[in-house]
Amino acid sequence: MAVVNKKPGSYAFKIIAYTFCLLLTVLSLFPFVIMIVNATRSSGQIQSHALSLVPGTNLAKNWSILFGRGFNPLAGFKNSLIISVCSTACNVYFSTMTAFALVAYDWKLRKPFFTLIMAVLMIPAQVTSIGFYQFMYKIHWTNSYLPLILPAIAAPTTVFFMRQYMIPSLPMEILQSARIDGAGEFRIFNQIVLPMMKPAMATQAIFSFVMSWNQLFMPQILITRMEKYTMPMMVSLLNGDAYKTEYGSVYLGLFLTIVPILIAYFLLSKYIIEGVALGGVKG
Amino acid sequence: MKTKLKGISYSKYGYLFSIPFIVAFLIFTLYPTIYTATLGFTDCKGVNGPENYHFLDKPFENFKSILENDTFRISLKNTILIWIMNFIPQISIALLLTAWFTSHSNEIRGKGFFKVVFYMPNIITAATVAILFHTLFNYPIGPVNDFLESTGLRESPYYFFTSKTACRIIVAFIQFWTWYGNTMIVLISGVLGISPDIYEAAEIDGANGVQTFFRITIPNLKTVLLYTLITSLVGGLNMFDIPFLFLNGGPDRATTTTSVFIYNQAFAGSYLYNKAAAASMIMWVIIALCSAVLFFVMRDKDQIKLEKEIKRAKKEAKLASKGGVNQWQW
Repeated sequence: MAVVNKKPGSYAFKIIAYTFCLLLTVLSLFPFVIMIVNATRSSGQIQSHALSLVPGTNLAKNWSILFGRGFNPLAGFKNSLIISVCSTACNVYFSTMTAFALVAYDWKLRKPFFTLIMAVLMIPAQVTSIGFYQFMYKIHWTNSYLPLILPAIAAPTTVFFMRQYMIPSLPMEILQSARIDGAGEFRIFNQIVLPMMKPAMATQAIFSFVMSWNQLFMPQILITRMEKYTMPMMVSLLNGDAYKTEYGSVYLGLFLTIVPILIAYFLLSKYIIEGVALGGVKG
Repeated sequence: MKTKLKGISYSKYGYLFSIPFIVAFLIFTLYPTIYTATLGFTDCKGVNGPENYHFLDKPFENFKSILENDTFRISLKNTILIWIMNFIPQISIALLLTAWFTSHSNEIRGKGFFKVVFYMPNIITAATVAILFHTLFNYPIGPVNDFLESTGLRESPYYFFTSKTACRIIVAFIQFWTWYGNTMIVLISGVLGISPDIYEAAEIDGANGVQTFFRITIPNLKTVLLYTLITSLVGGLNMFDIPFLFLNGGPDRATTTTSVFIYNQAFAGSYLYNKAAAASMIMWVIIALCSAVLFFVMRDKDQIKLEKEIKRAKKEAKLASKGGVNQWQW
């Protein structure tokens, strides 16, 4: 009985569920589809019909207009890449080191230190930005990338994640046998612990990179020289007067700013989703 | 204790390996925090602000003036309003999708694909997303207006950017759009952490999908839900990129969030660092309170229980040994 009753209900459920999921899929992808299609159309075409799924033939012209008026995605790309790569390296390396200190050694202040990390986990850098800016201004670090890179050394979220990962997967016997073989503690960390932590480090590296690449607030207050603009800062130029009626170029510019992220996402989406599921904390 | 028994003490390496973190934390987090707090009590403003400033005679003047500031109040109201408008649909849809994607009786195909697509907006640069939506809702010619006109929903294009309500809804929608996939994935992993035995028992008892969801999934998901709520709230209180680039807080301050307010006070021409610092510290206190709640909820309960047990056992052992002695004396 129950099985017979279940059939039609389950059909209805499936239709509703798939329709809803497809709707959300359209919602997620459609803005990007419009962006890509309009990047290839001329301003005139967009003016008469802004919504179209047929690509135009104006890509080359949009490209030349875009690059002719101050928008330089290549410079933004280079600057963002420098910042993101360096800060990701700092973040992952030193967080693993801190987690190692918390897991492998028994020291007096270990517990209070971990409590401190947990306590500052949620406090975002943004609310202390005024003091941070004034401090950087005093030591002449504005318009430098150092204040965007070095704070990554103390990343509570990554430390927390690495510790959770390290506790079950780092056998203390290995450390002991390495010690017997005469390896120093620093060498043990670099040559034994780091390779073992690779999967967790990769996941954290992706998130750290994306967060650093996407951040706007800190670069916006610290960097004023145009040639040092990061990619998200470049984007705001597209909202300016230079591109007021060049609709196609604006779409193309927007597209160029997210190409690297889109490629990385589709290559690494499996790991990214897994990483979020493992407890990615919102930024 | 343990290390001493082995003859060599390794505990100094614990300190040694924590040095980089601690140094960076002291310089880039703790010092700026204290500095911000201090600036809130001074008259530091203007282009020469960083060099010359003095403490105010009435120490809480900046805080008072910020709390009485009309724009600050509006921005706090906007921040909370936009956060609520984004969070309610976000958590509802995330929960619905979680229920579907973890359902045992009705397997949905293509879960992996849907997860990847729903999460995608979250990873795209928020700055780009803000400008993209600004372009999509443009007046008089933009894809949304084109859609409204060509489907006959409206005769003339609608000027979204002059309507306070429309702009708040758009900003809230962008927030929802970028975060629901993330919330869904966190919730799904929370559900997968619930013991399958409970679900099996429910199935044997003849519970249907809806009953299972409300009686088993939701109660077991409480901690994860609270975690989502607070992380989202803290993120929402810091909302900057989207309202800042979408319409720079406009129209008529309708999408000015507290972060945009702080930025405008300090960096957009007025250089009122002291006022901005005071506003920052007010936000800092609010966020610290939120994360204190989270810290309290997320602490390792099993660990605490275990420690209590150990303490109690030790005490009992002590008492027993004392008792033993006493007995002998008796």
